[in-house]
Formats: sequence, structure tokens, C-alpha cells
Amino acid sequence: MDSTSKTGAAVAVLTGVSKRYGKVLAVDGVNLEVRHGEVLALLGPNGAGKTTSVNMLLGLSRPSSGNALLFGRSPRDVGARRRIGAVLQGAQLGGHARVGEVIRLYSGYYPEPMPLAEILRSAGLEDLEKRPVLKLSGGQKQRLLFALAVCGNPELLFLDEPTAGLDVESRRGFWNRLREFKRAGRSIVLTTHYLEEADALADRIVVINRGRVVAEGTPAEIKRSVAQRHIRCVTALNETQIRRLPGVNSVRQDGKRLDIVAAHPEGMLLEMLKLDPALHDLEITGARLEEAFLALTENRPEEQAA
Amino acid sequence: MNTVAVKHWTWRDTFGVYLREAGFQFWGLVRMPGFALPTLLFPTMFYLFFGLIFAKGSGNSAAVYMLASYSTFGIMAPALFGFGMGVAMERDHGILAMKRVAPMPPMAYLAAKAAMAMLFALVIALLLFTLAGLFGGVTLPRAQWILLMLALIAGTAPFSALGLVIGLRAGGQASAAIINLIYLPMSFLSGLWVPLQFFPLWLQELARIFPAYHLSRIALGIVHQGGDGHYLAHVIYLLMFTVVCLWLARLGWRRIQDR
Repeated sequence: MDSTSKTGAAVAVLTGVSKRYGKVLAVDGVNLEVRHGEVLALLGPNGAGKTTSVNMLLGLSRPSSGNALLFGRSPRDVGARRRIGAVLQGAQLGGHARVGEVIRLYSGYYPEPMPLAEILRSAGLEDLEKRPVLKLSGGQKQRLLFALAVCGNPELLFLDEPTAGLDVESRRGFWNRLREFKRAGRSIVLTTHYLEEADALADRIVVINRGRVVAEGTPAEIKRSVAQRHIRCVTALNETQIRRLPGVNSVRQDGKRLDIVAAHPEGMLLEMLKLDPALHDLEITGARLEEAFLALTENRPEEQAA
Repeated sequence: MNTVAVKHWTWRDTFGVYLREAGFQFWGLVRMPGFALPTLLFPTMFYLFFGLIFAKGSGNSAAVYMLASYSTFGIMAPALFGFGMGVAMERDHGILAMKRVAPMPPMAYLAAKAAMAMLFALVIALLLFTLAGLFGGVTLPRAQWILLMLALIAGTAPFSALGLVIGLRAGGQASAAIINLIYLPMSFLSGLWVPLQFFPLWLQELARIFPAYHLSRIALGIVHQGGDGHYLAHVIYLLMFTVVCLWLARLGWRRIQDR
């Protein structure tokens, strides 16, 4: 019995990890914990340091400082690598080899691979076993990468931008395969810059920007912690009074009404109603996840880190 | 999934990985006409034209001499290109990264590539031996055929190692250019196309720096065509060249790992 296979235990950990390329600090003091049985999304814009972080957990890259552990061991340890699978970003499969041959080759690296038929089914490649890889479409190649990542029956699956460049239908199909994989009790680390994807799949989201973790929580928490709500109302209060209230980001006169942008509208409103019971024409609109994300990654990330 | 009973990994499993890797790479090369055809055809055609047709009047010894020199030329290509371009392309395409993440023993990958270089050397040597025997009237004692074959197969090592260094440093396109820039001039300057005695003296001296020269001296010596008898010196040079290349490859590999 392995202590790292308990539900909730950390299966992969980055502790104070930084990675420097010349003068560029790609990853800057990241702490990250992947727990058993969860889907963790690393969310952030391109160049935020998601791939570099994942590569250090995969042993593809060595931290300049800090520590990366997979199942309590070095990511270079073959015993640790036998328990993971990965879809890497930008992997280009090709060549005359057939789908089944490639899968058999990679399956052979693992002590307890899934049967070929099951791999083909779980990746949606049932009819393509004999197809040469170079004749596969882009979506089929991506499914083959998924097949190679799961063929070893991994406990922990890494997916680096797995649906980049896929059409909507293929993306949905892929999400379903991931959910099925997760139901089998496995852990998944997913990097993406698609908010929709992180929201649809993840139990927990870690937002990374400029090499740092700027927010962490469930999709709902992330949305709540950063959501900029617009409160519009007619009130006798002036801008100065409102700015004194906690959680106000901006106040703007919009015709007769004030347009207030705030992180926690409920508390705000309570205070405002105490000061001005005659407040009326109230309207609150929530920011969409996209806006929340932009707020996190583009707008003073230090101040808004939850 | 709460109990993880990791199956014991045995040497049989490891052996299986090595075999599958070699088989996979074999079919990859055989199905790639851009690799298999030129590496097999060029030395065969060269030998046919220059060793057999043009040298017809000059007697048996020219056919034997060129058998040694063109087969040396022939075995260099699969080693240099198979290793160099193979590694470079697989690195470019992220395949090497996938294999590094997968629990593949890195030696399985390298051993498969080295085995492919040797296998192609074997086939090239057999093709040239057949031509020499059938059309060149070349007859050699059986021991010489066998020794020459063994020298050619073992002789892939320095070129495989050199290819590996290039493949780990340069990208796919660049490595093709670099290997061609090394392969063709080195073949010529080592006297594989035109015997060295037709070269000015300083070029004959220069040839000593090339591994192709030393391998060709061994090959020529085996078939008694102007080998100098310094087998040990040539073998030591080739071994040292191989070791230095492997050391450079190790540095290149470290650089990739620490990236």
C-alpha cells in the first residue's frame, strides 16, 4: 500500500520552484500540489509558465531552484514515470508506422498496460488500428497522443493544451474521454488557456501569470474571488462616500446612475442601503469568466491574487 | 485504484522493450524510401560504375580495392543519417520528449539506432560483396570476406556516435546539412572515391584526421590492398574517436535534460 495513492494525498508537488532561462524568469516561486483523484487545471495566457511548470513535474526540465516531486520521488525516477502519462504540447506524430504499432510500442514501456482494444476504445480510435500515422487527421493524431498517454494505465495524467487547434465537436469528445478517465479514480493535470475548458473539467483551478500563481480554488471560488460585478443604481451617495466602502474597484457616473465595479456586491449593497435607504433602480450584472480571467492575468495580478 | 500493486519489472520486460524499439525503428526506416533507397543504392551504384565498369581493364585488384573503399563509404550513411537526422527529427517533433516522459530506458532507443546502423551496414556490404563476386570476378578467401564484413559492421560505431552528437545539437534541417557537409567531403578526402596516392602529399597527411580514413585502411588491409598493417593504431584511433563523440553526446544530452 502506497501512501501516495490515498484520496486527497499529493501525487505531484512543486515546492518553491523557479525556472530561469538566461535573463527570463519563466517560473517564479511556484508552489503547486496535485491531489489524488482530482482534475487540476493550470490556467493562464500563453507564455505564463504553465508548460514550464508541467515540464518540471515531468522531468523534462530541471528547476533552477526549488523542488519537483512525482509520487514522492524525482520526476526522473523510472518508477515514478511508470505511474504517469502525458500529452505534450506540440508533439507531432508522423511516419509510416500504424496506429496499433505505435500504441504497442508505448504500452510496452509500462508494467501493466491497458489491453490494446481498450486503449483504442478509450481514445476513440477503434477503426484506425491499421491506419498509418501520417494518414491521420489532426484530431485523430491528437486522439493517438491521448492513447499513448493513457496506454500505461497511469494514475496521473498530464495534458498540456490537449485541445489546442481542435474543432468544437472534437473538443467535446475529448472532454468526455477525460471525464471517463477521471471516473476511474485517476488524477489529471490539465493546462489550458481556454477558460471554458478549465471550468468544464477541473475540480480545482490554479491561475498562473508571468510565472507566478495568482489565484487558486474551485472554478466557482475563482470566479467569485475575482468576478468584477457591476452595480448600477440611483443614489444620493456621492463618489467619495462610495470609494470609502470596502471592495470598490471603480465608480463612474453613468447618466443618472452610478456604475460601481466591486468584487463583493452583497456586502457593498448592505452598506450602501444603510447609508441611503432610498437607493433605487438597482441592477447588478456579473462579469463573465473571461472577464474574471482577464482581470486576474492582465490587471495588477499582485493585488488581485485571492 | 486504491491498492497499487506495482507489477515487478523483470529483465525480460526490459529485453522486450529493446526488441520492440529495434523492430519499430526497423520498420520505420524500411518504410521510409527517402532513407532506405539512397543509403542502399548510392554505394551500390558507385561501386558498379567506378569499381566494376570503369575499372574493367585494370584487373581484379581494382575491383577488390574499391570493394573495400566503397563499402566503407556505404556504411557511413546509415550511421550518420540514421542517428543524426533520426535523433534531430525526433527531437524537433517532440517524440524524444514523449519517450523521455514514458518510462523508456534511454539505452533502448540508442541501442535500436546503433543496431539499425549495423543492420544497414550488413545489407550494404552484402550487396557490394554480391556485385563484386558476380560481376567483378572478385574471389577472396572466406576469412577475408568474414573479417571485412565484421570490420564494416563494427565500423559503424564512430559514425553512429558522430551522428548522435550532431542530432543532439542541431535541428532536423540543420543536421541534414551538417551531415552532408561532413559525409561527402570526408569520404572524398579519406580516399574512399579516389585512392589517396593520387592526392598531393599534404592531403594524404590530412586524411589521417578522419575516421573514414582509418576504417578504410583496416578494410583495405583485410583484403591485402595497400593496408599499412597498423591495425592496432587504426582501431585505437576509431575507439578514441567514438569515446570522444559519446562524451560530447552525453554533454548534449545533459543540456537537453537541464533545459
